[in-house]
Amino acid sequence: MTLDRATPMVKFAGVTKRYGRLTVIDGLDFAIAHGEKVALIGPSGSGKTTVLRMLMTLERIDGGVIWVEGEPLTHVERGGRLVPADARHLRRVRGKIGMVFQHFNLFPHMTALKNCMEAPMTVLGLPKHQAAERAAELLDMVGLADKKNHYPSQLSGGQQQRVAIARALAMRPKVMLFDEVTSALDPELVGEVLNVIRKLGAEHDLTMLMVTHQMGFAKEFADRIAFFHRGKIEEEGKPEEFFGNPKNERTRQFLRAVLDAV
Amino acid sequence: MLWDWGYALEILPVLGQAAIITIEATLLGFAMAAVLGLVFAILRMLGPAVAWPVSMLIELVRSTPLLIQIFFLYFVLPKFGVTLDAFTAGVLALGLHYATYCAEVYRAGLENIPRGQWEASIALNLSLYTTFKDIILPQAIPPVVPPLGNYLVALFKETPLLSAIAVLELMQTAKILGSETFRYVEPITLVGALFLAMSLVSAALIRQVERALGRRFVR
Repeated sequence: MTLDRATPMVKFAGVTKRYGRLTVIDGLDFAIAHGEKVALIGPSGSGKTTVLRMLMTLERIDGGVIWVEGEPLTHVERGGRLVPADARHLRRVRGKIGMVFQHFNLFPHMTALKNCMEAPMTVLGLPKHQAAERAAELLDMVGLADKKNHYPSQLSGGQQQRVAIARALAMRPKVMLFDEVTSALDPELVGEVLNVIRKLGAEHDLTMLMVTHQMGFAKEFADRIAFFHRGKIEEEGKPEEFFGNPKNERTRQFLRAVLDAV
Repeated sequence: MLWDWGYALEILPVLGQAAIITIEATLLGFAMAAVLGLVFAILRMLGPAVAWPVSMLIELVRSTPLLIQIFFLYFVLPKFGVTLDAFTAGVLALGLHYATYCAEVYRAGLENIPRGQWEASIALNLSLYTTFKDIILPQAIPPVVPPLGNYLVALFKETPLLSAIAVLELMQTAKILGSETFRYVEPITLVGALFLAMSLVSAALIRQVERALGRRFVR
């Protein structure tokens, strides 16, 4: 399949997610271009984290289709119809996506280096020395070259989160998902993690989707802001417009509330 | 005289031989229990269609006496064309019986793994096999080594049940010695003493293993 840059990297088409009778994502249509950096903001419970989790296949979707580089994520096209895909298809498409979690989720029984080597060796089949080399490079990039033989419990929250970023990058994803990656950190550690993300954005052609409460960072870093409310995108736009001149009343209310709190 | 040292020393080598059978039955039975228990615990996690029959089997085994299971494997299975020698039948019964208890222990260990570890494994695209082998089990098993060790000692202490199907382990050997000489005091006492000694040694070994795992794991 040939792909031009016009094919969205990720596209949600009529995606719906329910928990019992509660609809958390309601017919979401949302496209993200190659290399685009999008910040998802909104009140808690608005569905923004669910969007990332559905894309990472951590949540099953109840309706619609998610497309990744023009390929359905959880389905395959057969005879012009979309049918649920098998595990192999899922794993192949999922390989394009990496995720960083709010609570790091590092493997506690492995050193920082081993955390970054596990998936490249077992999934991509890299030989050990090559995986170690790649892992060491990435740990160097996130500023933790001297901590590679430390276990997660020997690292600060900010350091753990930087290892988690290196670990996700070791799989060479095309899309990186950041789910409130600074929310569990002490305030003085937020900066070091955001700096790594800034650096990633500047040096790599990665598509990034981030759920964040750091409005300042979203404004400075993102190409586009999407404001979620009750499972829908209520308003979206370029950061200057979005923050400078929000059109939607709910957006204004939300921004007033979060900016007041700073 | 109630206790005859000469006789005790005379039968000690015979009992020593029997002790080897007891140890073999214990180790083989426990190896089976440890592996099969883990298989049961993992199967129960793989969705209701698999979990249900496994849970039924576990319930069945746990709710019936080990002695009946030993008799079943030894006396009833041959009627269905499966003939086992007494030692094999005994070991299989011990292994299956204790597998159901080990399964519970493993389950507790597996349930203690935070959901985030599973999610990180999915996000890194690890296969289910790799996730279990490299991520989940290395975290789930070390904390459950102490309770597994307790079951090892418990299984060991139940091996005399195999005397019921004439496996020449310690108890059966002691009974035969007693019936030959009509002296029961020495054989039975020595069997008790041997069990006590071996229990104490294995408990100490388990503590060593625990400590080694603790050093490696808790930081």
